[in-house]
Amino acid sequence: MADIRNFTLNFGPQHPAAHGVLRMVLELDGEVVQRADPHIGLLHRATEKLAETRTWVQSLPYMDRLDYVSMMCNEHAYCLAAEKLLGIEVPERGKYIRTMFDEVTRILNHLLWIGCHALDVGAMTMALYTFREREDLMDVYEAVSGARMHAAYYRPGGVYRDLPDRMPQNRESPWTDAKKAAYRNRNRGGTLLDFLEDFTNRFPTYHAEYHTLLTDNRIWKQRLVNVGVVSPERAKQMGFTGAMLRGSGVAWDLRKKQPYAAYDKVDFDVPIGLNGDSYDRYLVRMEEMLQSNRIIKQCIDWLRKNPGPVITDNHKVAPPPRANMKSNMEELIHHFKLFSEGIHVPPGEAYAAIEHPKGEFGIYFISDGANKPYRMKIRAPGYVHLQGMDEMARGHMIADVVTIIGTQDIVFGEIDR
Amino acid sequence: MSVKLETLSQNLQRHFGDKLQSLKLALGELTIEVAAADYLAVMTALRDAPDLGFEELIDLCGVDYSTYGDGVWQGKRFAAVSHLLSIANNWRLRVRVFAEDDEFPVVDSLTGVWKSVNWFEREAFDLYGIAFVGHDDLRRILTDYGFIGHPFRKDFPISGHVEMRYDPDQGRVIYQPVTIAPRENTPRVVREDTYGDPAHG
Repeated sequence: MADIRNFTLNFGPQHPAAHGVLRMVLELDGEVVQRADPHIGLLHRATEKLAETRTWVQSLPYMDRLDYVSMMCNEHAYCLAAEKLLGIEVPERGKYIRTMFDEVTRILNHLLWIGCHALDVGAMTMALYTFREREDLMDVYEAVSGARMHAAYYRPGGVYRDLPDRMPQNRESPWTDAKKAAYRNRNRGGTLLDFLEDFTNRFPTYHAEYHTLLTDNRIWKQRLVNVGVVSPERAKQMGFTGAMLRGSGVAWDLRKKQPYAAYDKVDFDVPIGLNGDSYDRYLVRMEEMLQSNRIIKQCIDWLRKNPGPVITDNHKVAPPPRANMKSNMEELIHHFKLFSEGIHVPPGEAYAAIEHPKGEFGIYFISDGANKPYRMKIRAPGYVHLQGMDEMARGHMIADVVTIIGTQDIVFGEIDR
Repeated sequence: MSVKLETLSQNLQRHFGDKLQSLKLALGELTIEVAAADYLAVMTALRDAPDLGFEELIDLCGVDYSTYGDGVWQGKRFAAVSHLLSIANNWRLRVRVFAEDDEFPVVDSLTGVWKSVNWFEREAFDLYGIAFVGHDDLRRILTDYGFIGHPFRKDFPISGHVEMRYDPDQGRVIYQPVTIAPRENTPRVVREDTYGDPAHG
């Protein structure tokens, strides 16, 4: 009798449910996964090596391109690590702006996640709904930094500039008549904070729509409940962080436990799951969006009342104001040296981690005193989570692999770096 | 020094004594260095002792110290640096271990202690060529299939050695030596300590 061998299936790298360029070799017994071997690196750009050849200022925009779904959070970790080495303090207003934009980013990330996760599992509508809301938040990104995705808004020492007083308007064009433009501008009359506040008031309604569509949906539950169960012990052993860890019932959130920026001054709750399955992680992330909404509201209130500087006045680290640069020789030299030679960071090493929407995102720097980092290591949460794929997928059907990729919230920009 | 880190460093000293080659607190972070021979035992104890309690390995990375400070580095070349996190005690620790041999760097694998280290060790092997003894699946992870060399070593040029293109004559993708040269737009400078100090003139 012929040997019966397991069937090996190549999943990706061009599979639409593989969230980018994941190639996975699945060993199947019938339709049941016996072993999953993810092959990564198809998007490897050697960001860490590139950072060794660029100044501390020049490497910052690479951060946006890591996890390209939560851009500003990546920048935040970079800035925190650099600030730790430099020993500089960010002005209070800068901290609140960072907190607010971290939460805007978290909502952006979770919206994309829920849209794509639902799309993978078979619910087309979700992606259409969530991209509607993402558009507003993208506009906030654009208003503050000029870019919808790759913002480069956080800088070592604070944020690049203060929030704009005016929200950009839609203009009449051959494609947009006056009536349409006016409709799109209906909540853009005020400042960026007004626009964002309007969004935070609308968001709970949208959020309720997602719950209506998914939470008690029979198909959604059949696909998620008891799929990819991870016990708290295994989650720790596998190095899970963020919602992957909280879904297993471990109340661990860096924003609470090791606060950075202004997280110790805002009020929010940390949701945790009970069973550690994909459905619990779904509920955890859904609740996180509402909590982020709460934090944004508090930040808006604070930012309205407290004007002030948003970036440090140490001009060895942050550029001087443009007006001073044009009248003051010393400031001109500072500006020139900062953008030609860069920041000089004292020798030493530092690791700074933030509660990224996907988990713990950390940057580890070794500096030898030069204007470039000696070594930069990016600790990407998705890298560790994808590693758990083998253990999570074993014994499940092929279709569940797609659910597990979805629940891990995989983005290849950060995994391959 | 915060009380927490004070407690942690006392616990570390009590557990390991002279196994610690150095224990340093800087910028609110605790770093220990251990010898390659003690590495596995120390790491296992770090996980298992409740007053240390590092249930999670957050990160492990390779480091090539060969050009540190523009050639002033005297020590060994390759190190594996890991970051540990204790959820129960809410503290972090950095552990550095230098590989004894610069030509063939070897360090014990931690795959039996934390499962999460698996891919980090594969990455350090791939990028720095550090071999982890006891790792059962030490394949390349980030670089291409069939890649030669360890790209994150300081003597590996940023532009690499080979480039890939489609050759219409042969009808397939071929590798050829790179046609670009590395270009440094901003030179690397290490300034003296007093640089930019107004009092210094």
